[in-house]
Amino acid sequence: MKEYRTINKIAGPLVFVEKTEPVAYGELVNIVLFDGTIKRGQVLDTSDELVVVQIFETTTGIGKDSGVRFTGETIKMPVGREMLGRILSGGGKPIDGGPEIVPEKRLDITGAAINPYARGMPADFIQTGISTIDGTNTLVRGQKLPIFSGAGLPHNNVALQIARQAKVPGSTESFAVVFAAMGITKEEANYFMQDFERTGALERAVVFLNLADDPAVERIITPRLALTTAEYLAFELGMHVLVILTDMTNYCEALRQIGAAREEVPGRRGYPGYMYTDLACIYERAGMIKGQKGSVTQIPILTMPGDDITHPIPDLTGYITEGQIVVNRELHRKGIYPPINVLPSLSRLMNLGIGKGHTREDHKKVSDQMYAGYAEGNDLRGLVAIVGKDALSERDRLLLEFADLFENRFVRQGYDEDRSIEDTLNLGWDLLSTLPVEQLTRIDRDLINKYHPKFKAGAKKV
Amino acid sequence: MEVKEKKTKEAKQGVLKRIAGPVVTAVNLDAHMYDVVKVGKEELMGEVIKIQGENVIIQVYEDTSGIRPGEPVSNTGLSLAAELGPGLLTSIYDGIQRPLAVLVDKMGNFIERGVSAPGLSHEKKWTFKPIAKVGQTVEPGTIIGEVQETNIVHKIMIPPNAKAGKVKVIRSGDFTVDETVCVLEDGREFPMIQRWPVRVPRPVKEKKNPTIPLITGQRILDGLFPIAKGGTAAIPGPFGSGKTVTQQQLAKWSDAEIVVYIGCGERGNEMTEVLTEFPHLEDPKSGKPLMERTVLIANTSNMPVAAREASVYTGITIAEYFRDMGYDVSLMADSTSRWAEAMREISSRLEEMPGEEGYPAYLAARLSEFYERAGLVTSLNGDPGSVSVIGAVSPPGGDFSEPVTQNTLRIVKVFWALDAKLSQRRHFPAINWLNSYSLYLEALQGYYDKEVSPEWNKIRSWAMEVLQKEAELQEIVQLVGSDALPEAEQVTIEVARMIREIFLQQNAYDSVDTFCDMTKQYDMMKAIKLFADLAYAAQLAGVSPAQINAVKSKGELPQIKFIKDYKPELAKIEKQMDTEFSALRSAA
Repeated sequence: MKEYRTINKIAGPLVFVEKTEPVAYGELVNIVLFDGTIKRGQVLDTSDELVVVQIFETTTGIGKDSGVRFTGETIKMPVGREMLGRILSGGGKPIDGGPEIVPEKRLDITGAAINPYARGMPADFIQTGISTIDGTNTLVRGQKLPIFSGAGLPHNNVALQIARQAKVPGSTESFAVVFAAMGITKEEANYFMQDFERTGALERAVVFLNLADDPAVERIITPRLALTTAEYLAFELGMHVLVILTDMTNYCEALRQIGAAREEVPGRRGYPGYMYTDLACIYERAGMIKGQKGSVTQIPILTMPGDDITHPIPDLTGYITEGQIVVNRELHRKGIYPPINVLPSLSRLMNLGIGKGHTREDHKKVSDQMYAGYAEGNDLRGLVAIVGKDALSERDRLLLEFADLFENRFVRQGYDEDRSIEDTLNLGWDLLSTLPVEQLTRIDRDLINKYHPKFKAGAKKV
Repeated sequence: MEVKEKKTKEAKQGVLKRIAGPVVTAVNLDAHMYDVVKVGKEELMGEVIKIQGENVIIQVYEDTSGIRPGEPVSNTGLSLAAELGPGLLTSIYDGIQRPLAVLVDKMGNFIERGVSAPGLSHEKKWTFKPIAKVGQTVEPGTIIGEVQETNIVHKIMIPPNAKAGKVKVIRSGDFTVDETVCVLEDGREFPMIQRWPVRVPRPVKEKKNPTIPLITGQRILDGLFPIAKGGTAAIPGPFGSGKTVTQQQLAKWSDAEIVVYIGCGERGNEMTEVLTEFPHLEDPKSGKPLMERTVLIANTSNMPVAAREASVYTGITIAEYFRDMGYDVSLMADSTSRWAEAMREISSRLEEMPGEEGYPAYLAARLSEFYERAGLVTSLNGDPGSVSVIGAVSPPGGDFSEPVTQNTLRIVKVFWALDAKLSQRRHFPAINWLNSYSLYLEALQGYYDKEVSPEWNKIRSWAMEVLQKEAELQEIVQLVGSDALPEAEQVTIEVARMIREIFLQQNAYDSVDTFCDMTKQYDMMKAIKLFADLAYAAQLAGVSPAQINAVKSKGELPQIKFIKDYKPELAKIEKQMDTEFSALRSAA
């Protein structure tokens, strides 16, 4: 392989190489330092005169005397069944002291888009055992449902609880977890690893770790490596894969860093204008394929800077993903776990995975009614602060109480408490029965007669 | 989309000089703006977007990884064109009109590159029924024959850019789209297919002002903020406020004859939902599967960005083609913000001077050119046809002051403002009744008077007034609580709640409530008005608001939404309302 020594400029993570033979766009590049160390990079811009290479690690040690080798192929990743149970670096190298991965296949890490015509429709309900998700923001197989959180909130616990408890009731198909950490601290990583080990989840997991002190640019490829692995497990081995990506905010920061180094015209808040497309190329790698076993379900986690949901990172994510689970500081302060605020949370694919044949016929309407009640009760809290409880009408007083009950009984649950969907819905009915039955305008009478605690057993019907 | 090389011009080969993402530079290429070129050994499709001295700058519709400087570039000499003819309906295309079903056969479940596929099947035979007679003079736009494509009759026309002439031969029977069906006396031969450059609007004889509403079956749209056939509307809203559901509801239930749905830079699973659902849904008018009148374009967010830019043009060209046959077409673009972002991305790669928020300075011009392709027209052959355009806008952070929303609002006539607060409350469709508007109200008044009821316009204004009044009262309620309001205004609050919960809220997932025709809308609103009249009268007679709120028949009214044959039930409720109120009045 030809080695060039024509580096002309090094700026941030970018290396500019002159006078090369034709180099392909997107090609993998190895840069050889004087001591023999090899650093990897990728071609971002290529022409006869100049090739721009983005390095995935630090540029420490790269100089004009470093050798540049163009490998002639785009970045590929070795994948295989053996990867289950392994811990890899953010760049895909084993760091658990075990042997190198013996590849069954080498796959391009950018991954191609699933042809929308070939996609299977997600419809399998995943029971996470968390009422606020199962009951009101249901997750289905093949969905991408991010957790929007803030610094200092227990989003990691929520993600772990989902990973631990997620199952499709009545199904025995094999499933796996792919966990990709981007820029999280060693402490956080340990927390995840301990929980995986405690629950035995590690043997069916593949872990990619890019820690806070690992090179920021490496974060650009970490989620791609994780998703390539997930696609292999799902579409070649027929497994149902849950992918957890944390923290997407760090990924976007890395993206901004490279954009700035390339002197690109920045978009909102300095993030590159193509961030939507770039994030879409990650999130859209969730789904199912018609006529094939296996699925990729994604739970990306991101911390909203300043708890601001309109910040470009959560904003663009929300436009791509199929809903969001919002972790809320106020609930956390009240001591409620999991502090999921259902009001701004949403699952777009919920309607495909619930109802008769999936969960229970009353699911949608119970969920809507609880939403409406909680939203109204929550609004009334503001009013109570001004006029006091006594000035409320009977209707409003009941709604206010409903909101409290909802938070304390429906939202609140234990870290290891695994509620079945039946339990969740019955709990919902219990809470709704504190409201006058005429107020349940979103539920039809047949369902009330069948499930409402006050009517289902007795002869009394509405 | 397949592009045939122009036979008259010798194809010139150029050489690639630079590759940086979807934008590449070639030299030694004889090119004109917007020529379609084939890039590299794999012949990836691209389009010329800038010429600068020796350099020709090309946007490539496919992924460019692995392409090297020095590879060949050839010019087809044609601009990006859509293939128009039988076979369009029920199809699903990517942004450059490649049929996705054919791509699955050719390259499997994932979209690889370097595969071209024609927009129409060139093998399938269609039964052509001639209409033009031998000796007849045919002009651009003249319908020369028909093909029963689905339950829709596909009319075969002389292309708009052809010259007039006399028919010498007109055939009848089964033909592929390429076979000649008509020969003119001057020897020109016409097959069923025509090609039209997507960036050029198809010509019409005249554009007219719209006077007929596009009935969508959605109460808040038809009832309060209607769009006319041939009109334009925008639906801006933050994520999760229900843009896509509203767009899909319109695609399903609007009374257009043809629907073109563009999924531009949106989610793959959403397109799958449309694809799975549409064949099972029936058109409320014809009873045929909705898919039979639908053309889908799906360029999801992770498919190449240049093809996303083209998808909107491909879609509107197909819409115009059906309009020229004399059909009412509605086009949904979800989302125009992603289209604008594609423009921004290409523009920034061209290192153009950015305008507001990094969008190119020509953003406003492109948006208005696109929306202006809507309209109620007299087509070249004299038939009336229309294209209604409904564009979703996804403003960052839900902030309507951003450039795409603002530039769109300057052009469109109808504004359906989605509101995250409403959707959080599960008030769907989450369209804010105070911020939204329709500038077609006056133009459509005549239609409502004649087709619905002379009372309709009055009752609509009444409902808007109540809602407006409620908004004012709510401000007071926020401060002092509702019990502190005068009794008449407590009734107003209750009536407004009924308008919101009964009339405005509509359940897209309920088999009956998903579509509500104008008569039912009128009857529902009339029932609410009846309640209001009785309630105000009772209040004057001394009945307390609490007693009014406890009226039983009021609680029955929401059920009407879910009953298909609602008239008997509604009459019963209205009668009960009357009885209950007279009892209250006499007791007071």
